[in-house]
Amino acid sequence: MSGLGRLLVAIYGILALAATVRSLYQILSRFNEAPVAYLLSGLAGAVYIVATIALIRQGPWWRRVAGAAILFELLGVLVVGTLSITLGDLFPHDTVWSVYGRGYGFIPLLLPIAGLVWLWRSDPTRVRSEPIGSEPIRSEPIRSEAAGSSEAEK
Amino acid sequence: MIEWLTWAQVVVGLAAGVLCVAFFCAQRAPNDYTLGAIALVELLLVVQAVTAIVAPFVGNSPSGDGLEFALYLITALLLPVLAVVWALSDRTRWSTLILAVVAWAVAIMVFRMDQIWTGSGL
Repeated sequence: MSGLGRLLVAIYGILALAATVRSLYQILSRFNEAPVAYLLSGLAGAVYIVATIALIRQGPWWRRVAGAAILFELLGVLVVGTLSITLGDLFPHDTVWSVYGRGYGFIPLLLPIAGLVWLWRSDPTRVRSEPIGSEPIRSEPIRSEAAGSSEAEK
Repeated sequence: MIEWLTWAQVVVGLAAGVLCVAFFCAQRAPNDYTLGAIALVELLLVVQAVTAIVAPFVGNSPSGDGLEFALYLITALLLPVLAVVWALSDRTRWSTLILAVVAWAVAIMVFRMDQIWTGSGL
């Protein structure tokens, strides 16, 4: 896996831990205040865990899982972010996605975008379909893919 | 929480992050300096944990939510440990950058813990 990919995995891991623990606290201590928001918070935490694992694993199937999880997060932060502003009663301002992830330095909004860009850039099938002799940026993802898979075999 | 200890912890966390970024830019894998900085961050968290357990018995009770505070503290205590495990298994300069991310994350969490303890903030 390339360096930026590892950084992405680390940040996803931290966010997964933070979001999961926080939602557990919310569900355990004041679930009745906003059941929809706190259940969604728990779901968000679970999907961050799935995304973290899928980004670490190699292969086309895990790549699709990672893509789906990240896309879900992007939709989540956009929809819940908007609803938390327009329907404040339903979505209190203390879930991971509220106000586009403001409580987490907008990382929940930026991270899915970074994740999708990374998945797209490191996609081995995309590299093959590129015309020969174009920009040489492609050489890095090829090497990193190869290094990543050999790491996984160890 | 003891206010000066909290602020010292935030400053140490931020400084440890800057140190790790400097070593990352120098293309270094995790070494004694960067791992030492993370160890210091963890040590201060342990001190904070002991302080938080003792404080209510000497008349310094949290005015905020004790359970939320405890969950933050436990999560913060886990992060440097996980980062060091990562750093020891992945001997590249990128692990040094991840140490920086964790140091900053802990600094932010300690800041939040102070808000939770005092019942202020969001």
